[in-house]
Amino acid sequence: MGNGTELGRVRGLGSAKEGAHHWWAQRVTAGSNLFLTLWFFVALVRLPAYDFDTVHTWLGSPWAAIPLVLLVLSVFYHFRLGLQVLIEDYQHGASRVALMLLLNFFTFGSGAIALFAILKVAFTATTGVPHV
Amino acid sequence: MVVSILHRITGDGMATVGTVVLVWWLAAIAAGRESYHTFYHVFGEVAGGALGYLFGIGMTLCFFQHMATGIRHFFLDAGAGYELKVNRAGSIATMVFAVVATVLVWAYILGVK
Repeated sequence: MGNGTELGRVRGLGSAKEGAHHWWAQRVTAGSNLFLTLWFFVALVRLPAYDFDTVHTWLGSPWAAIPLVLLVLSVFYHFRLGLQVLIEDYQHGASRVALMLLLNFFTFGSGAIALFAILKVAFTATTGVPHV
Repeated sequence: MVVSILHRITGDGMATVGTVVLVWWLAAIAAGRESYHTFYHVFGEVAGGALGYLFGIGMTLCFFQHMATGIRHFFLDAGAGYELKVNRAGSIATMVFAVVATVLVWAYILGVK
């Protein structure tokens, strides 16, 4: 077992010294998530209907698109950190590396689709009146 | 211990299932009327919208539970709430809050709206 010596770290047995940053980033995004997800939840519940025209008009407004972009950045960063811990706790060796790569593809791939979708609707919105 | 497990299950549940549905919803809105109708059909119309209710109520419960245990974590990180009785009461409070908040929200959606 590595005991934290330089040789141990070279062998990949010591701390990577990224724990404190992971811990802090998880808490910072937890704080921003609290506000952004509560806003999103209330906005969804308060929508008058869930047909295409209603949700499309809503998403086209900067009052929805901008906080939603922030939500995707904050929430996806947060769940990327959380799922990393899940993998680290239960998977070891080669499968851990494979799952960690898969996690990064999943996070960036789904994040890119989400952001592109929001911005596409927002940038092509034809209604000039923001739906608050 | 049970709230620690709940925090992980609800968080990882939202991170996987929740993310897929959220991204599908956003992409469907961006892709246009027909794509959105497919999404709406799956969650709102098949079997009386059973999947929509299952996902919606499930995600609401996950959201409130994860939020409550997350706020509890902030207090524990600050070094507060480690006394046995306070700690136990805080754990139970997160679960009571999650269930009550979920019931209230869905009573509003189904009843008032």
